Amino acid sequence: MERSRPAEAEEPDDGLSPGAEQKPARRPARRIRPLAVPRFLPAGDLAVVVEFGDAIDPVINAAVIALDAALAASPLPGITETVPTYRSLLVQYEPREIGFEALVAGLRDLLRGSLRREPPAARRWTVPVAYGGAFGEDLDDVAARCRLSPEQVVETHLDAEYQVYMIGFAPGFAYLGGLPEVLHLPRRQNPRPRIPEGSVIIGGQQGAIAATSIPSGWHMLGRTPARGFDLARDDPFLFRPGDRIRFRRIDAAEFASLSLNAAQNQPIAVLEA
Amino acid sequence: MAVRAALLALAPGPLATLQDRGRRGWQRFGVSSGGAMDLEALEAVNALLGNPPDTAVVEFAWSGGEWEVRATSCRLAVTGGDFALTVDGMARPAYATMTLVPGQRLRIGAASDAVWGYLAVARGFQVAPQLGSRSTHLRAGLGGFGGRALQPGDVLPLAAEQAPAGPERTLGRKAAAADAAVRVVLGPQDDYFEPGSLQTFLSAPYQITREGDRMGYRLAGPALMHGRGYNIISDGVVAGSIQVPGTGQPIVLLMDRQPTGGYPKIATVVSADLGMVAQRRPGQTLRFRQIGLGQARRLRVEYLEGLDGLPQQVRGIAPADPARRPFWLKG
Repeated sequence: MERSRPAEAEEPDDGLSPGAEQKPARRPARRIRPLAVPRFLPAGDLAVVVEFGDAIDPVINAAVIALDAALAASPLPGITETVPTYRSLLVQYEPREIGFEALVAGLRDLLRGSLRREPPAARRWTVPVAYGGAFGEDLDDVAARCRLSPEQVVETHLDAEYQVYMIGFAPGFAYLGGLPEVLHLPRRQNPRPRIPEGSVIIGGQQGAIAATSIPSGWHMLGRTPARGFDLARDDPFLFRPGDRIRFRRIDAAEFASLSLNAAQNQPIAVLEA
Repeated sequence: MAVRAALLALAPGPLATLQDRGRRGWQRFGVSSGGAMDLEALEAVNALLGNPPDTAVVEFAWSGGEWEVRATSCRLAVTGGDFALTVDGMARPAYATMTLVPGQRLRIGAASDAVWGYLAVARGFQVAPQLGSRSTHLRAGLGGFGGRALQPGDVLPLAAEQAPAGPERTLGRKAAAADAAVRVVLGPQDDYFEPGSLQTFLSAPYQITREGDRMGYRLAGPALMHGRGYNIISDGVVAGSIQVPGTGQPIVLLMDRQPTGGYPKIATVVSADLGMVAQRRPGQTLRFRQIGLGQARRLRVEYLEGLDGLPQQVRGIAPADPARRPFWLKG
């Protein structure tokens, strides 16, 4: 078989340029506002990218999620699928049913309404995590590079509330905004060919939860027994863009018992009522 | 019934996987569409067999290997290219149905004009869908036959115990010219490239390298220069996206692409030309031609009408009267 090498980079990007090892982490831009009129960029004959800005930023991301929610509430004809990402919404459509101009006009109408409308309430999760040791092999290394103790890294990570910016790269892989700046680090020099499912990792300005076993150059802080992707559930994917996440520290014994519960399809991550 | 009807993979070809039209609605959760690399060949083989167009079939790369029937009888067909087929050593044409009985062996060799081939059975395989599709997504271990490529000895359960009644059928194939231009719509990040590089992209030949699979094909040609750096904030990726990493060498992303990506995308192949790109072989070149959205829409409508019309193009072959057998059945 000649065609065996994969065609793409084998790790999720972290919002830092690949050459960033020598440079300090790029700071998240402050006071960024989504474009009042987003850009409508064609992505072939079956999709348009609705781009709200050019930064990883909670306000821009909220505009993406608001348009996505508005489309779900009042669908336009011919739309086949939408994909919310950091700063743009990919809107896939069937041109036999709707042309580009009519689609953009419909999206503009919806945008005028969605900016006035109250954004949908975010879901809030508490996700148990076992930190360090075999659960988070990079904890000590991260601590040394951030000039903190491992315990301080864990506390800092636990202190923050995170926002799911998007799901991408691999099934259920949740990119998390809100990582405290003291933990911003370039990727590892040597990416791992595999990290286990449930890995709680950091890279660049972001955190993430890997729902499946994937190659990754991000730093492993810990692991959650919660299953981010499980076909046995009615809702196979646990998190969706816009969700808020807090972590709760567990020990090895609790990780073991929660893993058993997870295997019996019991919910592990807790959704705030 | 003593034995369950099945198709036995004695030696499936490389990268043999079950594929249908792919899954829709899950890219927001990190699962790209997947589905047949050559959608027209998928729909052609299902039309030949009278199957619904989204029926899952075996997709293979380069050659399809050896297969045996474990059923009263089974009607099958192969499309995608001029694959060399034999049943018990006798040549059979692609784009025509054939009915096998137990003990007979179908061998699928190489094609001169294609990479991806499609082997289908009448009424399809009995395999449960995952996330709304039977397409195999190898990287995600999802769908198809246990989420993996087929291995020698695999037994694919059939939905039908015996072949449908009626004559064998054939379908004319309109293959694209080997040097036809690939039509693209510029963007979404064409503004990341120097104007000269846009001209280069639209005029120079780009060769398909050996680095390719269901995710995408790496191309080789004149380097494309980014005016504004080669990192963008990751956004959604569609089939046909042409992304350009720091090397300046483009990559055409295909069915098992990553759902999101962080390199600028200079242009996007229109849906009607995706199958043609997938079927070009390493060493062959692609030339890109820019079209506008209006023309792209007309092409799309034409393309879908072509797919919808495939069942009407299927022709019956005279029944196999021993006195009047087609020449390729004699001997």
